[in-house]
Amino acid sequence: MTKRKTLGNIVFYFGNTLVALIFVSPLIWMIASSLKPEAQIFKGLNSLSTFMPKDASLNNYLEVFQRINMWKFIGNSLFYVLVIILLDLLVNSICGYALAKFEFKGKNLLLTLVISLMVFPAEAIMLPMYREMADLGWINSWASLIVPFVAKCFSIYMFRQFFMDIPDELLEAASIDGCGPVKTFFNVVMPISGTVYATIFILDFVAHWNDFMWPLLVVTGEEKRTIQLAIQTFFGSKPINYGPIMASLTISAIPMLVMFIFLQKYYVEGIASTGIKG
Amino acid sequence: MIRRKGGFVVQKLVNKASERKAAYIFIFPAVVLLAAFLIYPSLQTIRYAFTDYNIMRPDRIVFCGLNNFIELFRDKDFWIAVKNTLYFTVLVVPFQTVLALALALLISSRRKGVSIFRAAYFSPQVTSMVVVAILWTVMYNSSPDSGLLNALLVNLGLEPCGFLNDPDTAMNSIIFMSAWQGAGYQMMIFLAGLQGISPEQYEAASIDGAGKIASFFYVTLPGLKNVIQYVVMITVIQAMKLFTQPYVMTKGGPQNSTRTLVYYIYEQGFQKRNFGYACAVAAIFFVIVISLSLGMKKIIKAD
Repeated sequence: MTKRKTLGNIVFYFGNTLVALIFVSPLIWMIASSLKPEAQIFKGLNSLSTFMPKDASLNNYLEVFQRINMWKFIGNSLFYVLVIILLDLLVNSICGYALAKFEFKGKNLLLTLVISLMVFPAEAIMLPMYREMADLGWINSWASLIVPFVAKCFSIYMFRQFFMDIPDELLEAASIDGCGPVKTFFNVVMPISGTVYATIFILDFVAHWNDFMWPLLVVTGEEKRTIQLAIQTFFGSKPINYGPIMASLTISAIPMLVMFIFLQKYYVEGIASTGIKG
Repeated sequence: MIRRKGGFVVQKLVNKASERKAAYIFIFPAVVLLAAFLIYPSLQTIRYAFTDYNIMRPDRIVFCGLNNFIELFRDKDFWIAVKNTLYFTVLVVPFQTVLALALALLISSRRKGVSIFRAAYFSPQVTSMVVVAILWTVMYNSSPDSGLLNALLVNLGLEPCGFLNDPDTAMNSIIFMSAWQGAGYQMMIFLAGLQGISPEQYEAASIDGAGKIASFFYVTLPGLKNVIQYVVMITVIQAMKLFTQPYVMTKGGPQNSTRTLVYYIYEQGFQKRNFGYACAVAAIFFVIVISLSLGMKKIIKAD
């Protein structure tokens, strides 16, 4: 029995290590190339040494920061994404709470609407949305990146599902203590709902950090350029040196990596729970 | 006791009224925003789809009946975009789902260090699609001297492949990369699903003499049925929206082989400035996506 177990362990660790190395090899190559001098990147592609940085230096990173204002683009993305998230957490949580715990006219209609609009493809409405932004004078402004994406049916639904499980007795106790419904929400419900807020936070962060098509339409020039647009522009701008390109890709992944280190647990819970509740 | 109960009813009635007021305050911001930035543009898409509307002339929007749709029907590029989108979806969904399930099974056991492997399989998700698309464009370079994957093929004694430069392989190259990037997400859902299958079921199967493979087909797969359906549904919807990869990697080429529906909407609306026409494409795209997701929901409910 123990012999079989050892064998199982060997197969498990050996197999997984092999698969994992193959799986992440493109990312290893990206980081290794970002550290190499330009002449080394495409040398010896056919040997494993291509995954090791030879003559490693941070010169490519310095070149990226010299050629483009990377800090600004990262800052731009962080700014608009975090504002979307904060507004999303407020606007959608109170709506989800109303749908979970209050009785009012039109509740079922709203709920049906929220559920059926969850799979709505935003790509189908981007043309009139662009026109709407132009009419509002919002092209190339923070508003066009933020305001249309604050209300989210998916977030409303997630919040509602979470708040449904909060026992009514707790809310009744708060109301007997003299809390109005609004105060009850902010003083009693919100403080015990950290999990769902953290989950929406990280899901939102991943979704909007990756925004590409919409910023491509509404952002012109460098002032509001997002990080995704910046690396795409950098990829196509001369002189085309692959070392700095790989460095720019690596830099742009860092903020998301940091988010994951802190909020990974909630992200996993978030996508897992959506899958199981379906 | 009775008085207290009565007081409670009055209290409840007061609560009901203030509750209703609070409810309207609570739903107000979300409802206004959804109306302004989801419902209104949706209705506008339908409206513009029946107009002749050049983006440079917003003062001259002319109703043109079904003209856009009739033109679409004859538009070869539109049908190519439909074909490419369906081709991508039909191939990437099973490929990515099977890959994700295989990865989930690889790390489903409770052993030390599993989280490292999980992080590795998930890592392409942590980098954005734009990053991954640029990285793979470089790796897919058609010369074995500057393309990592072609160097590998030559090393294995195979012919170098055109990848993104060849209309026959460009979409397949995007499919392969997309599945690699996206599988980690589905893997997480599968992992949660696997935890939902009770160990007793596996024990029962092994008492009945089922080996590993048999218990996969008789216990694991049936236990994951709902999760698989859900994963397939979200992957299909995601696949239908393909845009970033062809935009970054191929600009829809070579020879239209990677031009998708969303790419075509973008191109017609913003590059060729046929706003009305692009809205007609968008309306059809919307109908396809919604009917696919409703159809799949129905199948799931029917079981």
